[in-house]
Amino acid sequence: MKVLVPVKRVIDFNIKPRVKADGTGVETAGVKMSMNPFDEIAVEEAVRLKEKGIATEVVAVSVGVQQAQDTLRTAMAMGADRAILVLTDVAVEPLGVAKILKALVAKESPDLVLLGKQAIDDDMNATGQMLAGLLGWAQGTFASKIEIADGKATVTREIDGGLETLTLALPAIVTADLRLNEPRYASLPNIMKARKKPLETIAPADLGVDVTPRLTIVSVAEPPARQQGIKVESAADLVARLRNEAKVI
Amino acid sequence: MAVLVFLDHESGIIRQASRSAVTAARALGEVHALVTGDASVAEAAARIDGVAKVLRAAGAAAAHELAEPLAAVIADLAPAYSHIVAASGASGKNVLPRAAALLDVQPIPDVVSIVDADTFVRPIYAGSALATVKSSDAKKVLTVRASSFDPAPAEGGAAPIEQVTVPEGPALSEFVSIALSQSERPELESARVIVSGGRGMQNEENFKLLNPLADRLGAAIGASRAAVDAGFVPNDYQVGQTGKIVAPELYIAVGISGAIQHLAGMKDSKIIVAINKDPEAPIFQVADYGLVGDLFDILPQVEAALDKAG
Amino acid sequence: MAQQLQDEARKAMTEHARETMEFDIVIVGGGPSGLAAAIRLRQILPQATVCLIEKGSEIGAHILSGAVIEPRALDELLPDWRETGAPLNTPVTEEAMLFLTESRGYAVPMLDRVMPHMRNHGNYIVSLGDVCRWLAARAEEMGVEIYPGFAGADVLVEDGRVVGVVTGDMGIGRDGEPGPNYAPGMELRAKYTLFAEGCRGSLTKRLMAMYNLRKGVDPQTYGLGIKELWEVPAEQHRPGLVQHSFGWPLDNRTYGGAWMYHFGENLVSYGFVVGLDYPNTWLSPFDEMQRLKLHPSFRGTFEGGRRIAYGARALSEGGIQSIPRLTFPGGALIGDTAGFLNVPKIKGTHTAMKSGMLAAEAVAEAVAEAMEGGRVEPTSYTARVRKSWLWEELRAVRNVRPAFSRFGMKGGALYSGIDAMLLRGRAPWTLHHRHTDNEVLESASVSPPIAYPKPDGKITFDKLSSVFLSATNHEEDQPVHLKLRSDALWKTVNWDVFRAPESRYCPAGVYEVADAETAPRLQINAQNCVHCKTCDIKDPVQNIDWATPEGAGGPNYPGGM
Repeated sequence: MKVLVPVKRVIDFNIKPRVKADGTGVETAGVKMSMNPFDEIAVEEAVRLKEKGIATEVVAVSVGVQQAQDTLRTAMAMGADRAILVLTDVAVEPLGVAKILKALVAKESPDLVLLGKQAIDDDMNATGQMLAGLLGWAQGTFASKIEIADGKATVTREIDGGLETLTLALPAIVTADLRLNEPRYASLPNIMKARKKPLETIAPADLGVDVTPRLTIVSVAEPPARQQGIKVESAADLVARLRNEAKVI
Repeated sequence: MAVLVFLDHESGIIRQASRSAVTAARALGEVHALVTGDASVAEAAARIDGVAKVLRAAGAAAAHELAEPLAAVIADLAPAYSHIVAASGASGKNVLPRAAALLDVQPIPDVVSIVDADTFVRPIYAGSALATVKSSDAKKVLTVRASSFDPAPAEGGAAPIEQVTVPEGPALSEFVSIALSQSERPELESARVIVSGGRGMQNEENFKLLNPLADRLGAAIGASRAAVDAGFVPNDYQVGQTGKIVAPELYIAVGISGAIQHLAGMKDSKIIVAINKDPEAPIFQVADYGLVGDLFDILPQVEAALDKAG
Repeated sequence: MAQQLQDEARKAMTEHARETMEFDIVIVGGGPSGLAAAIRLRQILPQATVCLIEKGSEIGAHILSGAVIEPRALDELLPDWRETGAPLNTPVTEEAMLFLTESRGYAVPMLDRVMPHMRNHGNYIVSLGDVCRWLAARAEEMGVEIYPGFAGADVLVEDGRVVGVVTGDMGIGRDGEPGPNYAPGMELRAKYTLFAEGCRGSLTKRLMAMYNLRKGVDPQTYGLGIKELWEVPAEQHRPGLVQHSFGWPLDNRTYGGAWMYHFGENLVSYGFVVGLDYPNTWLSPFDEMQRLKLHPSFRGTFEGGRRIAYGARALSEGGIQSIPRLTFPGGALIGDTAGFLNVPKIKGTHTAMKSGMLAAEAVAEAVAEAMEGGRVEPTSYTARVRKSWLWEELRAVRNVRPAFSRFGMKGGALYSGIDAMLLRGRAPWTLHHRHTDNEVLESASVSPPIAYPKPDGKITFDKLSSVFLSATNHEEDQPVHLKLRSDALWKTVNWDVFRAPESRYCPAGVYEVADAETAPRLQINAQNCVHCKTCDIKDPVQNIDWATPEGAGGPNYPGGM
């Protein structure tokens, strides 16, 4: 079974993003970039499936700029076998990414596409679902557990207030939530070995996909600062206000 | 054109967040509600103030809000609507993007403000920035943040109910089971109320003094990095830039000074309460209600006041 | 299950599990000296395999400097830097040296003659982190293998010869036991290993002890630099302006001063250096740095601006008197870990790069000889340094910094003027550093207390919101990398005598005293650490030991920093 794992290069989760002074976006120049943490979890899960003998090949894919190569190398250092970079300078939206991935699925014929549930930059949480829609495949989003057996995937999903378990007919799309696993480190020996693994670069046009964005960014602003509230005199006063004024208890 | 709102329900009860989606949708046009489940769900939807029509997708395929049949239903209904809206919960986020793909539309998730029919404000980078985006798609598919829109009243409407058919298709996914959290303590990320302790709790033993208050409020328990670093609680309690980012309806910070690291993780809470003996503590700058004093005196008083209020 | 995992992990820790890779040269540290050495090596020996490791999460993540740089070494290393996009974009066009009183600033007249080393004509205001990122890209193009996110944790020594380093283990829990994600460190073996760790390198410290490298030289003396990067309104931005100050708020017994450089797109680099031989235990470098921004000579620049980044780093101020033996069997020290900073110039980038290049040349020569069974120690490095402009430059200014320690701030300034104008650096004597920085701290009872103003949240800030802007992070579940050798000693010395100076000199709020009224103890918030190394230097009885944490931990200074 072949597993395709799309990964995205985003501002590192440790970095507090800074809105550009002109309000056109968030500063990315000179900012540390890393693999989207949810994608790391997806890579880890795919590699574990391979280690269990369920998956035979793990292919990492990224859509983005030349430096997304580094992200793919990280995926290969974690255990992906090879990588494909769909090279573009356009900030491709989930719809465009899903179209690219659909074309790659046609080329690669994976049995499972494992994605992070959302990227921590645009917080869209859409690519996996959209790819599933375009392909007409089953989807198991926000997975905290995946088991593959008898041509089916059993996926436990994080839903509001609990967990839901579904079985999906393969091929299928699964998106990874935080508790699915704890990704391994890309160790130095594996990073060195990953340098020698194959990385193919193609253009969206090679796949016949139009990635023109549908959304235009009118402005990006910092959220308004929180206003200072009031000091209350006693615990009784506090409880009364929470009940009657704020209506939260 | 009217607006289609998908109302999700848990065990037959329509979520409050979905009623917030109704409010958001009313700003865009007449609201038609799509529901699944028993007839009682559709009847409850019909009573929501502001809903003009209810569409009920019945049958086995729609029983568990599975994404594949539901997205197909939405795509079928879409030609009659300018906007398709749902609350930004697990269900809406599961279904709507799939429907959007079927419609060749780029969805707009987590809308916190509607500028006009094409233009919406949404948080990016976990709320570190707000992006205003304008869609060029003919039809808009959006999920809205419940905390940004008041829920539409559950009563007051009397909308007609229509059945809609679920398009035939192969059963791609199958429901197996659901396990709703039974633990008395909700998880930090999904809790409605969080009681959080900081260095002011002094030690591991004292930190447990937060338990009765949290029990009383059905709250999750969090901690500042300082409290984690000091070893009072394990790291998975940590709220903040390097811990969990939370936005409950009520956040009670006890003995937390309010380092910016911590504020980054909880400043989007709807109501913030701070209890701290230092009147200069930065936490008071973001607190809606501040109470200056010794937390060891105040905690029992708050519990007593809650008991008294019933 | 957990037990089984642990057992497996422990088994994995034994030597055969540790993977090994052989290189011709391994370089520890991706700052200007390490990168310059790597580039030089590939220029001379295009066949040589060169591996460079860096503990920061990426090249530049731990680089903190003003910085005004002199392009002399870069001209020699990569003469085409102007055409190939090196980020040296803001030439210095205007400069001032101010002597500050509490309310006024007086420009030092005839700066060129009184302080000729301060002349910045032909120099550039840069982000040194960006320069390093650019150098790293060039080095990789030339075939250098660069691995950020990996710390050198130990020196490999065989038969008295350094044969490489071991990178740190990853995934060790706070309890010291390997966790489920445990990945053992790797042996990077090399014919020659260059240590480019920057000021007070932790492996360098071991090498100095192992090979007695400090024998016969003065103790090293240090400074602590704290920096903020600001974005200011365009009308307050004067690109090319370099402003330095001395005097207020420091007293006559304390060496230090501030810088403010306008560069890039509305960016201002502001920072403050204090000599770590300061005597007053109540002094807080961070608070001095904050309050200096309120001085009329600085304040106007910051009004209405926003602070983008924050960080701190120690620097070596001893000059040539304090430079240790530079080589040992199998390797050499380069850059500021050896101490090549030119203190009166407040510049160390060009000297660091030059030292890396000279070491590379020496190593290249030794590699050639080694093939014929020759030399194990790249000793020609020392001779090359002594013959170069680097030595000449440092020798000329050797008496300036010690003069400040000896004659105080005003006397030192006077001496340095005389030294520059009359002696022109050719004084027949050499002033020596007589004490290590940790020896000169005075007790809390005799030190005059200092009242610092409260932060206003606009121009001045508290420590924690500052540390936040360093984007520092350490994987939580790992052993604390700052260790107190003895708790009892902390109580009797640090607390009873000095009232916890670490809570003040640490610019990152790592050290806090808990339960001060009842049973004082030291709370170490190791996560906050920005890797400045001040605690390792200034602790009165050297009770604090700074060890490298898990790779990729520490600050993440952004571009522009």
